[in-house]
Parts: sequence; C-alpha cells; structure tokens
Amino acid sequence: MPNMQSTKTEMRTQPPKIRAKNFDEVALGYTEEDAKNEAARCLHCKHRPCVSGCPVSIAIPDFLAEAAAGNFDAAYDVISKSSSLPAICGRVCPQETQCEAKCVRGIKGEPVGIGRIERFVADRHNEKMHKTEKPEPNGHKVAVVGSGPSGLTCAGELAKMGYDVTIFEALHTAGGVLVYGIPEFRLPKSIVSLEIDNLRALGVKIETDMVIGRVLSVDDLLADGFESVFIGTGAGLPKFMNIKGESCNGVYSANEFLTRVNLMGAYREGADTPIMRAHRVAVVGGGNVAMDAARCALRLGADEVSIVYRRGEEELPARREEVEHAKEEGVVFRLLTNPVEVVGDEKRAVRAIRCVKMELGEPDASGRRRPVEVKGSEFELPVDCVIMALGTSPNPLIKSTTAGLETERWGGIVTDENGATSRPAVYAGGDAVTGAATVILAMGAGKTAAHAIDEYIRSK
Amino acid sequence: MYEIIYKRSLNPTVVEMKIAAPLVARRAEPGQFVIIRTDEHGERIPLTVADYDREAGTVTIIFQLVGATTMKLGAMEVGDSLADFVGPLGKPTETAGLTRVAVIGGGVGCAIAFPVAKKLHELGVTVHSVVGFRTRELVILEDEFRSVSDLFRLMSDDGTAGEHGLVTDALRALIESGEKYDEVIAIGPLPMMKFVSLLTKQYGIKTVVSMNPIMIDGTGMCGCCRLTVGGQMKFACVDGPDFDGHLVDFDEAMSRGSMYRSFEAEAREHMCNLLAKGDE
Repeated sequence: MPNMQSTKTEMRTQPPKIRAKNFDEVALGYTEEDAKNEAARCLHCKHRPCVSGCPVSIAIPDFLAEAAAGNFDAAYDVISKSSSLPAICGRVCPQETQCEAKCVRGIKGEPVGIGRIERFVADRHNEKMHKTEKPEPNGHKVAVVGSGPSGLTCAGELAKMGYDVTIFEALHTAGGVLVYGIPEFRLPKSIVSLEIDNLRALGVKIETDMVIGRVLSVDDLLADGFESVFIGTGAGLPKFMNIKGESCNGVYSANEFLTRVNLMGAYREGADTPIMRAHRVAVVGGGNVAMDAARCALRLGADEVSIVYRRGEEELPARREEVEHAKEEGVVFRLLTNPVEVVGDEKRAVRAIRCVKMELGEPDASGRRRPVEVKGSEFELPVDCVIMALGTSPNPLIKSTTAGLETERWGGIVTDENGATSRPAVYAGGDAVTGAATVILAMGAGKTAAHAIDEYIRSK
Repeated sequence: MYEIIYKRSLNPTVVEMKIAAPLVARRAEPGQFVIIRTDEHGERIPLTVADYDREAGTVTIIFQLVGATTMKLGAMEVGDSLADFVGPLGKPTETAGLTRVAVIGGGVGCAIAFPVAKKLHELGVTVHSVVGFRTRELVILEDEFRSVSDLFRLMSDDGTAGEHGLVTDALRALIESGEKYDEVIAIGPLPMMKFVSLLTKQYGIKTVVSMNPIMIDGTGMCGCCRLTVGGQMKFACVDGPDFDGHLVDFDEAMSRGSMYRSFEAEAREHMCNLLAKGDE
C-alpha cells in the first residue's frame, strides 16, 4: 500500500535567520526513515509519467521502490544507470518542472519528493568508501574541453568504456559552473570534488589553466593524438542591460559576483580576493543565478537585498525551492519592476537604481506574458550595489579559433541530435550548444555525445 | 606548478621574473597577458607578457609591488613555483603594415612597451621610443629600449634622469619638429595614456593604448574588466587589451580601477607586516 500522506515528507533546513548569515548548506537532507516514507508515496503508475519528465530518463519508480524497501544501494544502481552526478542533480535539478511536474500525486496534494530521495540515495552512497575499478584501456584518446556538467559526464562515460580521457579546464579548479556559479550553501563543493575524484579514479586526467583556443586550439588537440574532441565550454559570457550607469563601481555581473564569492572564496575572512560588502543590493533577474547572487549578498552582510524582476511571481524562472528559501531568508521581491538606469554619485559609485513599474500584456514568443511599461511609474531605489543576473551566452573563443565550426548567430555551436558538430571528430553539448540551461540537460548531452564519440571512433 | 627560473630587481619596486611555462611561451606574442595565482589561496591577477623564449619555454613578467599579490609574488625566489600561470590571453598587438611608430612607455608600463618596440624593430619598423619615469631610481629597461629604437628619449618628472618633463612634452616636440608616425603606441598609467591620446588626437595620429583593468578569469566570463570604447562596452580580456586611445573612456577606467583601493591598502599593510615578520 502506498503512503497516502498528501504532502511531501519535510526536509530539514537550517533556520532562515541563522543560515542567512552563513555559507553552510541550507537543506540538511532526509534521514533513512524520511527517504523510505517519502518513496512509499509513489503510486507506481503503469504509464510512468515521471520518467518522461526526466531529461535523462531515470527509471524513477524503480529506484523509489528500492528506496521504499530500504534497499538504498540497489536504488543507487538504478539511478546511476542513467545519471552520473545524482548527488548534484538531487540538489540543483528543477524537479518541479520535470519529473515531479508529471507525478500523479501532484494532482491532489504534493508530488513525490523525487529530488529529495535521489539526493539521499546519492549522499548515502557517497558516504561509504568505494573502490573504483579502472576499466580496461581501449587505447583511444579523447579530449574534453570544459569541466562543467556536460564535460564531466562525457568524460565519465568515455572513461567507463576504456577511453583515455583528458579534460582541459580554463580555470584553476575543475567543475565549471558547479564551482564558480552555484554557491556552497546550495551545492557544497565537497560534493563536486567527490564526483571529480571519482572521475580521476576512473583514469580521467584533468589539466587546469588550459584555455583552449588560446593555449592550444581544438586543431592542436586533434594533431596531438586525440581522436575526438568534446566541447563543453558552457555559456559563460555575461549579459548586461546596456542602460546608463552600468559601468559604475558597485555594478557586477552575477558571474563576477558569484565567481569572487564561490570560486575565489571572497566570503571567507582574510581571503586574497576582494568583494564589496554592500548595504543595499539590487539583483536584476529572476532565475536561479539571481537567487544565488541575492542570497550570497545577504550572507555577506547586506541590510537589504532585492530581486528586481520585470515579470511576475508566476514567471520567475528560478526553482520554486530557491524562491521560497530566498523569501524565508528575507530577500525582498520587487516584481513587475524593470531598471532603466543605474545612478552613480560624483565618484561613479552606485547610489540608486532607477526603475519603472511593469504590467503583464499578451503572451510573447516564450509563451510568457510580455511585460509592458506603466507610463509615469518611474522611481528610484536607493542601493549601493547592483548585480546583473540576466543570463549568459556562449564564449566565442572556441568558435573564433576553430575553422569550420558552425555556430548559430547568437553563438551556440550547431550540432545534430547526437552532439556531432560541422567538424568531423568534434562533438559538443551543454550550454555551449543550447545557451544557458540546466545541469541535467548538459549532463544528458554529455552522455549522448560520449556514445556518439564511441561509435565514431569504432567506425574509423 | 610553474617554476621561477630567474629573478632580478629592476628598481626598488619593480621585479622581473622568468617563469617556466612552455605552452604559454609557445604561443605568446607582445601585447598578450597571463593570469597568475601565487598559491592555492591567492587571487587571480593579470600580468602582461614582457618577453618570452620559445626554446627555453620561459615567459618573462615584470611587475610593480603594489598590492598584496604582487608583494607575495615579489617575495618568491628562484626555485619556488606559482600555482597558476594561464595564457597567453587577449589579442596580440597589431603590427602589420606599420613603418614608423612612436612607442611611449610610462613607469612599469615600459615593461609592456618594450616587447612591442622590440618586435617592431625586428620587423624593420622605424621605432621612436619615449619613456618616462618619476625619478632616476625608478628607470627600467633603458639599455633595452635604446637597443631597439632609432630614436630614444628618456624623461623624468623631476629631471634626475634624461630630460625634465613628461612623455607628452617629448612627443609633442617630436611631432612639432616634423616627425611623422603611422601610429603611436602608448603603454603606462591611465592618466599618461589619456594625455598621450588627447595630444595625438590634435594631430590626427592613430593611437593604440594597452588597458590593464581589474580581472578575474581573463576569458570573458566575468565582465569585471569592462570598458567603454567608442560608447560601447568592451571586455579588455577578450576584446583587448589594446584599444584605440581616441575612443577609450579613461575617466571611467580610472574610477573602475580604484574600486578596491581601500581593500588593497589594508591587504598591503597586512602583507608588509607578514613579510616583515618573515624577515626577522
């Protein structure tokens, strides 16, 4: 008999007032009992709608059945057939628009907390010591450019098949957006480094400080004996609004702000990398990155942090949980509000952000209602720091240094459904192809490309 | 890890180092830069490539002891290793088609101007070098500049070295005396580049400046190094670091460069105390 409790089993979190002042993980995770109880809520529908909602098609009801029975190792095995980074996905996937959106339990009450159970199963697995068997080498070399979700997944899949894989990472630490973008309190870096250690144990080599396109080109890699190259360079280029005053001191791109905090550890006392300790912060945007930036600003000691977003609550693209957590911590949501100018003082330091009120009109191309300016509604919000979290686009470096690599006008690399680019032997996946998307989609693309690369090399 | 192969002081606050970095040396060109971290907890700072030896696999950096990181770096010795040395980044200085160039260097900026002058000289371009320093004891690379220049002018603010005056005084005199240049390349403190650009604009001489704003990743990811050039936002790390001096908004760049000044001052004091303790 399924557990007919209509709401999700509560996941413990750090109390909002306390966590808003530290960088420790907010959600504390399930206990074994919690996980069993929640997994038992699954109805095991014949048509398995949740599986179709998962970008990598994890056999969700199967792992839930194992978890409900307390067979957590077996549950892990089910997940790991489809996903290579479950401890990460359990934390950062937007489950409410994917698997959980399709859950029949969600019609009357809350869907099964699939993400929370996935997280528990993965963490429990990771707590134990595991001996990774190094696969039999097959003698073929593949290069992976970028060590974010797509690159890590692609490298892992290939290594398991026996390929000699080298990852080239531009920064000094592997992990891509998982280390420079997503903050510690949402995704502890120890979890990311564990996944990376797992890859190393599989024999994957990681070369940091390697900006491909500058230090070496994709063609150099192919000439150096790599039979195939996977490009997973993400979408790292920040967008700005192109409004007046954006060059004032105190205006950050979310990328810069988060990189200083997360990658460079600027939040720690005595860190070498500086960060502005602002009093009143406006974060422009409504996605996960905006929530991350706002919550980091709060933790750095700001008195007031606002999310400034031109659409309404319904349209916020961030994960529901992040929005809830941000609200609990005291982030102010100024919705239907759009900045028109950053106002600087005589020293060009941010003094305020001038905004207009918006109202929602007809749906636009994205299907969301288009925000329209309310005439005469301009007002000034006094702030000393503005963080622009407006999305990112792919870095043009690879494109500009790889002859014959076709890209879209906006910079995304053109591939077929298996990740093959216009250049033979060169594959791509993740945000570099799709533009800014999710960790799980990037992982899926890395996995698909790994199999296409395997097929390509075998057929040579 | 990237080992320090050679180290010398060029003046009391400027240090030259050769770093073993074969892959960087293989592709480096004048005008490009590297991002370094001294150690695992260090910050990432950009330093322009001062020279390179492709055969020996070394890259030369020349830096002024101004902040915590450069002081930490300056305290490292031959045999020590840097945690990170990433590059070459940015676009190389354009040299194609030039025949007569005035290279203007100011202070430690001469370290970046020198490889450009050297490359131009090797390409057979007529090079007039004008370099300026505050005072005698800060003069660097004088012999090096002389060896690659068809004409050399040394200026100092206090008259203790070369002529008394600013680089703009010397450049104006050269132009007024009838010297013609296809291009002026100015590398030094922002106010110097600003005033050189204002001067050459009067004479309609194309001017290239090398911008060195605060950076983190150096690959276009953070936007920290953004500048306004001709009314448009540019990232120094990927669009530069060389830009048309007549189009750069120098006042904005100066203001952005000072954003962390109080933090730097604090870090510098902390660093001085640490280093002083180490010397005891």
